[in-house]
Amino acid sequence: MDNAATNNQETFVLNVGPQHPATHGVLRLKLTLDGEYVVRAEPVLGYIHRMHEKMGENRTWAQFMPNTGRMDYLSALSYNHGYAAAVERAMGITVPERAEYLRVITVELNRISSHLVWFGAYLLDLGGFTPLLYAFDDREKILNLLESVTGSRLTYCYFRFGGVYNDIDENFVDGVKEFIKTMRRSLPMYHNLVSKNIILLKRLKDIGPISRETIRKYGATGPVARGSGVDYDVRKNEPYSVYPEFDFEVPVYHEGDSMARYMVRMDEIEQSMRIIEQALDKLPAGPVMAAKTPRIIKPPKGDYYQAVEAARGSFGVRIVSDGTNTAYRLKLRSPSFSNLSLFSAVSEGMLLADALALLGSLDLVIPEIDR
Amino acid sequence: MDSELIRVIAFLVGIIAFAALNAAYLVWLERKGAAHIQRRIGPKEVGPFGLLQPMVDGIKLMTKQILIPDGVDPVLFRLAPILAMVPAIMSFVTIPFSETLVARNINVGLLMIFAFASVNVLALLLGGWASNNKYAVISAARAVSQNIAYEIPMLITVITMVMITGTLNLNEIVAQQPNISQWYIFRFSASPLMPVAFLIFFICSLAETNRAPFDLGEAESELVAGFHTEYSSMGFGLFFMGEYANIVIGCSLAVVLFLGGWQDPFGLYPGVWWFLLKLYLLIFTVIWIRWTFPRTQFYGLLNLSWKILIPVSMFNLLLTAGFLKVF
Amino acid sequence: MRNMDFTKLKEQLRPLAILEDVVVGEPPEEDTGSEARVAPEPEKLAAMHEPDYLARGFNLDVRVEAGKVVEAAGILDEHGFFLEAVTGVDWPQEGQLEVVYDYCLWQPQCRVVVRTRLDRQSPVVPTISTICPGANWHERETHDFFGIEFSGHPDLRPLLLPDDADFHPLLKDFKAHG
Repeated sequence: MDNAATNNQETFVLNVGPQHPATHGVLRLKLTLDGEYVVRAEPVLGYIHRMHEKMGENRTWAQFMPNTGRMDYLSALSYNHGYAAAVERAMGITVPERAEYLRVITVELNRISSHLVWFGAYLLDLGGFTPLLYAFDDREKILNLLESVTGSRLTYCYFRFGGVYNDIDENFVDGVKEFIKTMRRSLPMYHNLVSKNIILLKRLKDIGPISRETIRKYGATGPVARGSGVDYDVRKNEPYSVYPEFDFEVPVYHEGDSMARYMVRMDEIEQSMRIIEQALDKLPAGPVMAAKTPRIIKPPKGDYYQAVEAARGSFGVRIVSDGTNTAYRLKLRSPSFSNLSLFSAVSEGMLLADALALLGSLDLVIPEIDR
Repeated sequence: MDSELIRVIAFLVGIIAFAALNAAYLVWLERKGAAHIQRRIGPKEVGPFGLLQPMVDGIKLMTKQILIPDGVDPVLFRLAPILAMVPAIMSFVTIPFSETLVARNINVGLLMIFAFASVNVLALLLGGWASNNKYAVISAARAVSQNIAYEIPMLITVITMVMITGTLNLNEIVAQQPNISQWYIFRFSASPLMPVAFLIFFICSLAETNRAPFDLGEAESELVAGFHTEYSSMGFGLFFMGEYANIVIGCSLAVVLFLGGWQDPFGLYPGVWWFLLKLYLLIFTVIWIRWTFPRTQFYGLLNLSWKILIPVSMFNLLLTAGFLKVF
Repeated sequence: MRNMDFTKLKEQLRPLAILEDVVVGEPPEEDTGSEARVAPEPEKLAAMHEPDYLARGFNLDVRVEAGKVVEAAGILDEHGFFLEAVTGVDWPQEGQLEVVYDYCLWQPQCRVVVRTRLDRQSPVVPTISTICPGANWHERETHDFFGIEFSGHPDLRPLLLPDDADFHPLLKDFKAHG
């Protein structure tokens, strides 16, 4: 940023956050504004930094599992999945097929609920209050379903090394089918009421375009990348779990604007439902825990990497093990961290309201950035 | 004592009560309306259907401490909420609720309302400026440009109306619309664009009162609470009441100018009930809009006014002038 | 590397890799699944390995001198890789700090790990934020947690830790309380 612009008498600094309705958590944006135009935006992080990575070094492998659910409180199961898969990779544990199917079903339900929260909260950012309540209404059904099988509603800790801790029952299967039925009715309604709204289109079309190159240079992933024409989804490009067995599409939009990111997430809801339906149809019988999981987890020395597609992008776990029952080093690569890092580059020269619309379209969950 | 003076004082008390009660119960209506639009229940604990909720809220607001932050302009900071409320109440003076139920039937009633309405923006500006808060200043700047942008098409439409009616007296304007075919919204003989004129007037009054989708002044996701970010207790309360009073004024004017005021659609039983019915239907529409649409972007708002509303209203003005000349 | 031949990439990266004499008992170098075809001289190996993807989760593991990380980043950037993360690992016994760069390709699937070891007393490594602007925050974070100095970095203020933090929590000699 050139100093002439920042030292200009006409500019002033506006602190958006750490307590501000648009930041959905304790994120702070230091915006240098010229009138309502953003001259420079600097996100300030760390307000809820908890040093999960150090905790990982101080607890046993199994004890760290609940931490993963507390990073991204909206799609906790993806983070469970990433961590469990990383440790399973290190230990060479094979997960029974039924357990993998259950993982996929619950993770995808969680993804839908995460996108629904984003949908509601984003519209709230744009000044539309009502969609939030509708989205939460649908999400409530998912939370009830997941509660019945995982025991918790938000910060799940459902996965175990070698499987999942609880099998599903008939009620869950019926409930999920019922939910998909209602969601299939809700989604067109959302598109009719919201996606086609002229005010929304005016506010999102061509606002905050992010180029493919910017996406790559900043390492952005997930719907943010797919809204900019990047066909990258860990589930497809680096398949893990049983995802290769399902027929689903990765929605990609090439415009790169906020509307494209919006549409990617809305389409992903439909794709997740497709995955869930197929998984329920194909759900094999069998155990939900690997029979030969060692009682004490001690991965052999070495380092291991596992990426999964969380609701916000590629979540990576890098494990460095020294062969003991705690991690030697546990790196958690969170998608929103990279996704947010491009904000200051993209928001330059935008109007305040557009910059906040861009911020919302990145779908940030602050605890996951701060870890 | 002058009986006229007593009458006016009695009316003023009545108007203040009406404005305050309206503000309180419009909040209730808004919350209930919003709740039903959003598949919720809304207030229900205090009194039947939560009807006492506004009273409780009012008491809460009144008993709270008024916080005056450091570095504010103490005079302007206190003045702004009063400026927001008083002109709104004053505007009620000339609104004809029925043929006789009008505080002061003055010849330039329409002019007076617009004179007071322009003071409203001053309140937002002062409140925003005096707060020593950047959000408030941005909001004040927005409010001013928004109000200027929307006062123009609104006044052009009103000029059109005055040309047609030939009077600034609100009671006379109502008297000219004895039944539904005579209502100015359907008076195609005056100008084929009358429904459009009504629409322009309605949109402008939404924008003038800073209502969604034009509530940029208090866009909570951008500016926290805009010009009243720093106001607490009744300082906030007055702004709030002023906003609702302005909605009532805006809708009343729309009813008077276009929807026949207190006249019965069939010319049978004219009276205050018709006025209130039309008024609250319009107000409900305002609430409905708020809970349905997202907020516009600022340039979208200005574009709408400068590129669409003003040209259309100007065209309507010329068209009406031509019609008046020809017929 | 399954879908595509990354010969060119490997040829470009190999000169950057340090030569290691013997495989020491260090965790990262333990797995040497397909090393056979790499080495011209058995005792001087280029520290570039292709671990078993299914066991490790990455396809290529290159260890370079600290001065070469920028060059490596440039090569990977040319090939269309993006930076997933930068992180550190503390090895107090060896008196070393390791910096790990995770790169990933959109398509076809390929993950490359570039790592370098620094002296634990004065850990300095050039910044790669000139090539990947996204590295800016990752390096700031690594600076927070390990005290690793990224020379040439535009802004090394603490990112996740408080502004006045004078400790580096992920060093092994930092004891977490409670």
